[in-house]
Amino acid sequence: MRVAEPLRVVCYVNQFFAGIGGEEKADTGPGVREGPAGPGLLLERLLAGAGTVVATVYCGDNYMAGHPAEAVAAVVDRIAGFRPDVVVAGPAFNAGRYGPACARVCRAVQERLGVPALTAMAPQNPGVELEGRGLIVVPTGDSAAQMGKVMPKVAELAVKLGRRVPLGPPAVEGYLPRGVRRNEWAPEPGARRAVAMLLEKLAGRPYVSEVPLPRFDRVPPAPPVADVRRATIALVTEGGVVPRGNPDRLEAARASKWLKYPLAGLADLTPATHEVVHGGMDRAPGNADPDRILPLDAMRRLEAEGVVGRLYGYYYVTTGNNTDMAAAARYGREIAADLLAAEVTAVVLPST
Amino acid sequence: MQITNVTSVALGVGSNRILPARGIPYPCGDPGLSPAAEYQWRRRLLEAALVALATPVREPTVFPVA
Repeated sequence: MRVAEPLRVVCYVNQFFAGIGGEEKADTGPGVREGPAGPGLLLERLLAGAGTVVATVYCGDNYMAGHPAEAVAAVVDRIAGFRPDVVVAGPAFNAGRYGPACARVCRAVQERLGVPALTAMAPQNPGVELEGRGLIVVPTGDSAAQMGKVMPKVAELAVKLGRRVPLGPPAVEGYLPRGVRRNEWAPEPGARRAVAMLLEKLAGRPYVSEVPLPRFDRVPPAPPVADVRRATIALVTEGGVVPRGNPDRLEAARASKWLKYPLAGLADLTPATHEVVHGGMDRAPGNADPDRILPLDAMRRLEAEGVVGRLYGYYYVTTGNNTDMAAAARYGREIAADLLAAEVTAVVLPST
Repeated sequence: MQITNVTSVALGVGSNRILPARGIPYPCGDPGLSPAAEYQWRRRLLEAALVALATPVREPTVFPVA
């Protein structure tokens, strides 16, 4: 086996780690330093000849935040000039502008240059949730004081990525789970593994789930509606029910938006007026009768009988299929603000 | 309040007032019924939804449909 050539590594850092200055220099535009700077110095030592940091590309955190597309493009252009085998961005720890910037640079490097990239930041850094999907992110603590703890792992993964060695699962290799599932052979059949897990659980002993369930927030419940007969009820759905023709092009998955459509003059939804665009389920029942998802016919009846005060004149819709979690939370907040401004009392939310 | 077939997910994400639907693609329907019977089901479901909205809760709660 011939000895591998040292990998060409390019680092991306912000104005502080590039040695330019602190917050007062956060408006600095993209630039380059030859060789390593900041964390790159430690990285190069840890690479121990397996790689050389040929350049450090930097950009001010404010400049990145204020010119997201243009700044990333300029950074990637500079990175490209050095023909790297791998790009290392950060570590950003819990820095809220730097983290997303690192993630965006990594994604652009991979997509535009086909070069592997990795970054490192605290799991709660907004860069993970907002921009980190699918990227290799080494988890760190909150503080840059832990640089020494994190860089050995960054160096190790940089070498693997640079040499195009396929990475094992997150728990083994030390990066954040990306939601990627890979099939592998287990020594025991699934039924045996499941029963073994169940026996551990029943005995109160620790066990490791093969499919860890995500944890979610608790939400303080809203107080009950005082008098439904005087209430304005709005319908909100993620079932992708839209006016026929989908005039605003609501996506079948990974919805980028929510929409608000009028119900004035309508007492019933039919295939002539509406359609279902949700791509994560069988659309046939909803297309045959959209009231099965957005129950307009029954709500109109309850309104006419005075069981509810009134049905709000608009409904809200998005597609709840592989929706980005942060985006979904934002849609909820925005719809809630709209509902409050319209003085809606309560919401019925049929979901698919 | 939320009407969904996957009440376990709703409970897990902190949805506080939940009603069980009969299927994922038709939270307010039941295609196995005749159109008239399905409409009656939808109406009962919504009446139960209004009861849920008018009921105080302290945590995610699945309400029955009468």
